[in-house]
Amino acid sequence: MADSGLLDSVLRLLEKAEDGVDSQDVSAGLGVDHQLIVGAVKSLQALGEVISAEQRSSKHWELTAEGCEIAEQGSHEARVFTAKMASGKVGFSKAMSNKWIRVDKAHEGGPRVFRSVESIEDMVRDKLQLVQKGQWDRLEEKDKNELKKRKLLAEVTVKSYWIMKGSSFSTTITKQETELTPEMIASGSWKEKKFKPYNFSALGVAPDCGHLHPLMKVRTQFRQIFLEMGFTEMPTNNFIESSFWNFDSLFQPQQHPARDQHDTFFISDPALAHEFPQDYLERVKKVHSEGGYGSQGYKYDWKVEEAQKNLLRTHTTAVSARMLYKLAQQETFTPVKYFSIDRVFRNETLDATHLAEFHQIEGVVADYDLTLGNLMGILHQFFTKLGITKLRFKPAFNPYTEPSMEIFSYHEGLKKWVEVGNSGVFRPEMLLPMGLPEGVTVIAWGLSLERPTMIKYGINNIRELVGHKVNLQMVYDSPICRLDS
Amino acid sequence: MPTVSVKRDLLFEALGQTYTDEEFDELCFEFGLELDEITSEKDIISREQGDDKAKGASDVVLYKIDVPANRYDLLCLEGLVRGLQVFKEKSDAPLYKRVSPADGAEPQRLVITEETQSVRPHAVAAVLRNIKFTQERYDSFIELQEKLHQNICRKRTLVAIGTHDLDTISGPFTYTAKAPSDIRFKPLSQSKEFTAAELMTHYKTDSHLRHYLHIIENEPLYPVIYDSNGVVLSMPPIINGDHSKISLNTKNVFIECTATDLTKAKITLDMMVTMFSEYCQEPFTVEAAEVVCPDGRELAYRTETLSGEFINKKVGINESAESIAQLLTRMCLRSEVTGEPNQIQVEIPPTRSDVIHACDIMEDAAIAYGFNNIVQSTPQTYTVANQFPLNKLTELLRQDIAAAGFTEALTFALCSKEDIADKLRKNIKKTKAVHIANPKTAEFQVARTCLLPGLLKTIAANRKMPLPLKLFEISDVVLKDETKDVGACNNRRLCAVFYNKSPGFEVIHGLLDRIMQLLDIKPGSENGYHIQAAEDSTFFPGRCAEIFLAGKSIGHLGVLHPDVISQFELTMPCSAIDLNIEPFL
Repeated sequence: MADSGLLDSVLRLLEKAEDGVDSQDVSAGLGVDHQLIVGAVKSLQALGEVISAEQRSSKHWELTAEGCEIAEQGSHEARVFTAKMASGKVGFSKAMSNKWIRVDKAHEGGPRVFRSVESIEDMVRDKLQLVQKGQWDRLEEKDKNELKKRKLLAEVTVKSYWIMKGSSFSTTITKQETELTPEMIASGSWKEKKFKPYNFSALGVAPDCGHLHPLMKVRTQFRQIFLEMGFTEMPTNNFIESSFWNFDSLFQPQQHPARDQHDTFFISDPALAHEFPQDYLERVKKVHSEGGYGSQGYKYDWKVEEAQKNLLRTHTTAVSARMLYKLAQQETFTPVKYFSIDRVFRNETLDATHLAEFHQIEGVVADYDLTLGNLMGILHQFFTKLGITKLRFKPAFNPYTEPSMEIFSYHEGLKKWVEVGNSGVFRPEMLLPMGLPEGVTVIAWGLSLERPTMIKYGINNIRELVGHKVNLQMVYDSPICRLDS
Repeated sequence: MPTVSVKRDLLFEALGQTYTDEEFDELCFEFGLELDEITSEKDIISREQGDDKAKGASDVVLYKIDVPANRYDLLCLEGLVRGLQVFKEKSDAPLYKRVSPADGAEPQRLVITEETQSVRPHAVAAVLRNIKFTQERYDSFIELQEKLHQNICRKRTLVAIGTHDLDTISGPFTYTAKAPSDIRFKPLSQSKEFTAAELMTHYKTDSHLRHYLHIIENEPLYPVIYDSNGVVLSMPPIINGDHSKISLNTKNVFIECTATDLTKAKITLDMMVTMFSEYCQEPFTVEAAEVVCPDGRELAYRTETLSGEFINKKVGINESAESIAQLLTRMCLRSEVTGEPNQIQVEIPPTRSDVIHACDIMEDAAIAYGFNNIVQSTPQTYTVANQFPLNKLTELLRQDIAAAGFTEALTFALCSKEDIADKLRKNIKKTKAVHIANPKTAEFQVARTCLLPGLLKTIAANRKMPLPLKLFEISDVVLKDETKDVGACNNRRLCAVFYNKSPGFEVIHGLLDRIMQLLDIKPGSENGYHIQAAEDSTFFPGRCAEIFLAGKSIGHLGVLHPDVISQFELTMPCSAIDLNIEPFL
């Protein structure tokens, strides 16, 4: 806050000036440095509508220190002529070129200088004196440039404010308070005080807090949806799985490409699983190699060595298989609805949308006499909770479901149908060897957690979302997740 | 999922109708195919090699169609057209016939010798008589072989196909196996003879064939097929002989499939002959070759009988047996209602090796009915939802740790050995780590045994962010565990780090106290929690404590060792807590 005496002086000057005043004139009038006047203007502006001020800039010519000297004492060349000054180099050559003087080199006793004219007119001094009087307009452009080149004149830009009375102009000012204080509340003084206005367009201070990861926020929502639909969560905390539960129990033949080194991470230590439900294993072996349960089987030499191989599970369906087997061991069958959302692993080529590990969302329903129409009905309910209502289904192939359906939804932005998940009815060759009753149908569907999250949060590169290369600023800034809006 | 590329105009000509791209896409969708891309040879070359190379290439429109992995009968133009025409009820499914040679001649014989048993024990063969190739048919024939090789034949490991001009060779044929140096012939597209051993060296640099060498490379004997004059037909699964190569003018084709899996060999041979018998003088007939050591399943039709009620119940529709039979017939499964009420007899042709159970038939009925025509309904299954207790605890803790000012990270479960051992100043042998047998890069050598490396790498990738950085993660690590059927188990851990200009042990210690408060556990060494000075090579000496819950160790906290900090390319002091949360269940 500028000194209040100065503010008063400025306001009093302004009171008399109807159309306003220039801050330069105020500075000259009050004999105060212009910078202090500018400070006073800013302080007055902060008080609200007391004054209004607009910035202006103007140019004028000023003499340099050397220019001032010449305006007073005459130009160097004139001084050479009048010999008031020792022969300076500048003045001498100028006087020579003006033919005011001549040099007689042949003079006895060394060269000597003589005047060649009677009198001179010191134009330089005259011009500078004009500038000094503020009459630089009378000089020609050429002269100004010449003098500028001789460093006698300089062009100066002056910034100033045009100050006018504001809508609540007054010559007395009250100091504005920045904040309400406990003392003001106690004394009641806040009633008389004026408070400085807040700048509501500025941002607030960010709260000091932690943040949840966006993918995990989406996971929480998917969990919520399944729980709302009455699904029970499966224990998927076993990343290491045997080929038996990951493939064989699902009726996926041992030469299937998914069981290739190129697609699956196998484990070297511990390389083999050592414990299986033996009678179930025998039934699985039989249905693969010979068929049964109404199936032709795959008719190949099923090897337990292949089933023993440990791997990083390629889908959470391995857990579903364990759960369904467990269910089949119950004395009497009870219908179940299961779900899980957890990591799965693929030894695949990595790109902007694929990583070696991702989260699979899976839903499973087992009950008597479920139909394909039921599966589509549940999928409609599930996807409606995600805000997706336009669905259609495409026949597809999956080794352990028959029928298999790819789920497509209409993408309003892309104006086309995009795949949003996979679904199907588990094959009898998978269910019957487990010991589930003949009439029980198991329907299931799956999708990845990463894809809907990337769409939801507008992320193009999966590495910015999952893994250590995550952009923490993105985590800090990500909004809450409401999947249906 | 295999992709078949067909010339659009040729396809429409065969279908007897033109479609717009959208209409064709719609037809594919209903049938379970996917019109993946509309392109041309020129487009493909210009995309892969640049516009210059594409000059002069064909700009005939190509449809690239994704075919389900089990439908080998749709891998060529011929099969696609047949499937779609029958589906659209524009033609009947052909009846494939196995015939004997004309004029009572003996069938071609292929004798399998004992020597093949250790390397590639099975072979099947057949003859297509009086076939008429055109350039397009010929190309499709070659293309189908390649597609089958890549898919059902598993890159020729399970099955390899050889096709020969029967008029250049004379049976009976012998399938045997010989030492590489004893096999000598002029292979396809070569100008001179090679021994098998020389060939293997020669093909080392062949961009196509080198991928198959490994199948027999280290075997003492290589498979080979001779005719009665000692002419080499092929050296499966690598290359055919030049002598018997087929051309546009070939009339009679001898097809052999050698295999390690007999079922797949038969399926493959059936596909080859059913697809191209269309072009025989008597269409859809195939002359079987007698294989000594035979099995008579080739071109076998199978019938299944099922009830209309079964289909209705499984799909959730209500159709008459007659109309279901009609639906199935549209899927190339000729069906008719039998004398018995509501019973449908379904004939499965040799082209449909994918149909192995009544449920496969049910699916075809549903496809023909149209998935999107089925009335959707909600099942009445009544169940009560339960959360998995460990996940429930995790969800609750995550919320409150974030509320305590820590930001959640999500790091990979797989990492390098270095991450969990050397960089943490630990010995890999003492980590109980599960090792991956076939990692493509060092990033996937092991499953993580602790969450700390992931959090430190997250900080390293975010060093531009303002300090302090406070991160946490609650997730699973994997440890070897003899008591489990697979020999390993997951363990749910909580890890948090504080990274700043000062170590901030008190911050991490405060977080521990807060976590215990949230879990309603009081300080104390009896039934509560306490910490006690400990030595751990990951931590700075004298700045590490072990966490005990009711006297049992459940984790560590402390200031990280400066070497650990620099190993993870960090520069500031850092404190951390690593805790097993399973005891809190």
